[in-house]
Amino acid sequence: MLKISLDKLDKLFEAISATKTLYIPTDREDGAAEYRKYESGMKLSSALNTVRSAKDFFFPQTENLVDFKMDGKNIEVIDVREESEDFVIFGVRACDARSFTILDKVFLAEPVDSYYKNRRDHGTVVAMACTRPAETCFCGTFGIDAAAPEGDAACYSDGESLFIEAHNEKGQQFIDSIASLLKDGDTSKLEEVRAKTREILKKLPLAKLTTDNFGGDKLNEYFNSDKWGELSESCLGCGTCTFVCPTCQCYDIKDFNTGHGIKRFRCWDSCMYSDFTKMAHGNPRLTQLERFRQRFMHKLVYFPANNNGEFGCVGCGRCLAKCPISMNIVKVMKALEVK
Amino acid sequence: MQEAMINKAKQLLADGVVDRVIGWKRGEFAYDITPAVFTSAEELDESFVYDDFTAANVSKYLVKESRKDGKVLAFLKPCDTYSFNQLVKEHRVVRENVYIVGIPGGPKLDAEKIKAKGITGILSVKNENYTLKIETVYGEESMPFYEAVLDKCASCKSKKHVIYDELMGEEGDVLDSNRFDMVEKLENMTAQERYDFWREQLSKCIRCNACRNVCPACTCEKCVFDNPDSGIENKAPADSFEENMFHIIRAFHVAGRCTDCGECSRVCPQNIPLHLLNRKFIKDINAFYGEYQAGEDAVSRAPLNEYKQNDCEANIVHERGVE
Repeated sequence: MLKISLDKLDKLFEAISATKTLYIPTDREDGAAEYRKYESGMKLSSALNTVRSAKDFFFPQTENLVDFKMDGKNIEVIDVREESEDFVIFGVRACDARSFTILDKVFLAEPVDSYYKNRRDHGTVVAMACTRPAETCFCGTFGIDAAAPEGDAACYSDGESLFIEAHNEKGQQFIDSIASLLKDGDTSKLEEVRAKTREILKKLPLAKLTTDNFGGDKLNEYFNSDKWGELSESCLGCGTCTFVCPTCQCYDIKDFNTGHGIKRFRCWDSCMYSDFTKMAHGNPRLTQLERFRQRFMHKLVYFPANNNGEFGCVGCGRCLAKCPISMNIVKVMKALEVK
Repeated sequence: MQEAMINKAKQLLADGVVDRVIGWKRGEFAYDITPAVFTSAEELDESFVYDDFTAANVSKYLVKESRKDGKVLAFLKPCDTYSFNQLVKEHRVVRENVYIVGIPGGPKLDAEKIKAKGITGILSVKNENYTLKIETVYGEESMPFYEAVLDKCASCKSKKHVIYDELMGEEGDVLDSNRFDMVEKLENMTAQERYDFWREQLSKCIRCNACRNVCPACTCEKCVFDNPDSGIENKAPADSFEENMFHIIRAFHVAGRCTDCGECSRVCPQNIPLHLLNRKFIKDINAFYGEYQAGEDAVSRAPLNEYKQNDCEANIVHERGVE
C-alpha cells in the first residue's frame, strides 16, 4: 500500500491544500476537536472524534436556498448558491464515513436535494482508521469496522507511517494528486496495529449491543411500549443529541421578509423541539414523550423500514458523551428491547 | 452516603411521607448518570446512585413534579437548594408537595476532564484518597481527583443548604469563593480583547438550547425563541449577531434570578463558559445594589424588582465603560 511518513503530514496537507480546499480535524484551545479549513502549521488532532460531525460539510446547519424579488406583479427567483469548489475532508472516522451513505439515501433519493448533491459532488472524503476507540463507541453494532473505514479513500496509521488506499475513482484521483509524496510500503506492522484495534473493539463495553431485535417490522412492538415514559421523563427537550448526530437529517425551511424581498432559509431542526413538524392544524407530537420516541423510532424502526433494513445510527457515541442528562440510544435500545 | 440515602428514601416511602423520589440513576459507564424518579424500594436498590458524578441539579424537574399528585422526595445538594428556593420565590414550584432532604454536595467530577487527559475506553473510576484510579480497556490509569473536578464545583459558592425539611450529613457554610476571578480578568481586558474572547466562545454555539433547557431560572412555559408568533423565533444562529444575542438576552433574562448553579456551562456540548455572562451580572448587581445572592431566601425582593430612592443611576454603566 502507498504510504507517507507521519512526520511528513505537513507536506501532505500543503500538497492537498495547494489545489483544493482542505479541512482537517484540529484541536481547539478548549481541548475539543473540530474540523477547520487547513492553514499552514495546523496540526491534525489526535482526538477520536470532533464535537460536530462531518455531516456539516454536505448538510450545513444553516443555508439560504433561494431569494425572491418582487417587482409589481412579477417575482424574480434568484438562485443564491455560490459555485461550490472542490474540497477534501481529511481524517473522517469510520462512523462518520458511513453516515454519508445514510444521508445520501435521504438527500439523493428523488426528488434529489441539489444543494446536498452539489456538495457531495465536490467533496472528497478521506477517512482515517481508528486505533483508540472509546467506551462510547458502538459502530460495530451497525456493521462498521473502525479499522477499515469507508469513504472515497482511507488512511491507516501504524504509528510511523500513514498508509493510503483508494476506494473509488474520486479517491484514486485524490491519491494521484499527491502521488509524488507517496511510496510503496510494507504493511506488516499495519496489519498488527489493525488486529490490535479489532481486539480492543471486541472488549469495548458496548461490543455486544446488537440491532437483532430492531428493524422496519418492529413498529407494533415498540411504538406503544410502556418504557417510553420512564425513558423520556428527564429529557430536557434540547437539541444536543440531534445536532451532534452525524445522521440526524431533519430540517426546517422558513421564508423571511427582508423588506425588499423574500429569503428562503433552511436550518437543522430537532425532533426534540416543541414546534418540530408543527403544521397548520397544530403539532402532531404534543409531549416530550412523543418527541423523544420519534427520534429513536426513526433511527431504529422507520429508517430501516424505508431503506432496506439500514439503521439510522452509526454508533459514533457523540450523543452518549454529550447528552446533558446522559440519556441516549444505547439506553433506549437496552430498555426497550423485546427478545 | 448513597446507601444512607437509599435507606432514607425507602423509609420515607414506607412511612407514606412521600410517594416517589427524585434522584439519579446509574448508567452504562461510570459517569453517565441520568436524573430519574423512583417509586419503589426495588427501583432504588436497582439503580439509585449518588457518587462523584451525580452533578445534575434536579431542582428544575420539581417545577413539573411538584404539580403532580402526592409528594416527592428530592435530595438536594447545597447549590441545588439555592435553585429550588429561587423557584419557590417565583412561585414556580409547589413547596408543600416536595419533601427536601439536604445532602452534602461536591466537588463533583467532569468526565470530559478525564477524557481530556487522553484517558479513554473508561470502564470504571474509583476515588482513592483523592487520586482517581481509572480502569480502561487500554489498562490502568490514574490522575489527581482535583484535576477532574467540574468547573462549577471548583468555584463553589456555598456548602450551606438554604431550604430543606431534613438534613443528612453536616451542614456547611457559605464559602469565600474565587468565582469572580475570571469575570475580573475579562473586565480588565480592552473592549476589543473582550469582544474577541466572546466571539471565539460564542461562535462555537450550535443552538442546541441545552443551556436554556437545563437552567432552573429558565422556566417560561414558552420561550420567545421557540414561539413562531414572537417574531424572533430562531432555531439556528444564522450569523454572529444571532450567536451573540441569544446568550446575552438569556443572561439578561435571568439576571437577578440566576443563582450561579453552573449547569449551563456543565451541559454545553461546546464547552462555552456561559456562566461567566451570568456571573458578570451577579457581580454588577452586587456592586450597584449591595451584596445579593439569588435563592438565598424565598421572600425578599430582588434588587432588580424593587425601586429604592438611593438606587444608582443608569449612567453608572456608561461612566464605568469609559476606557
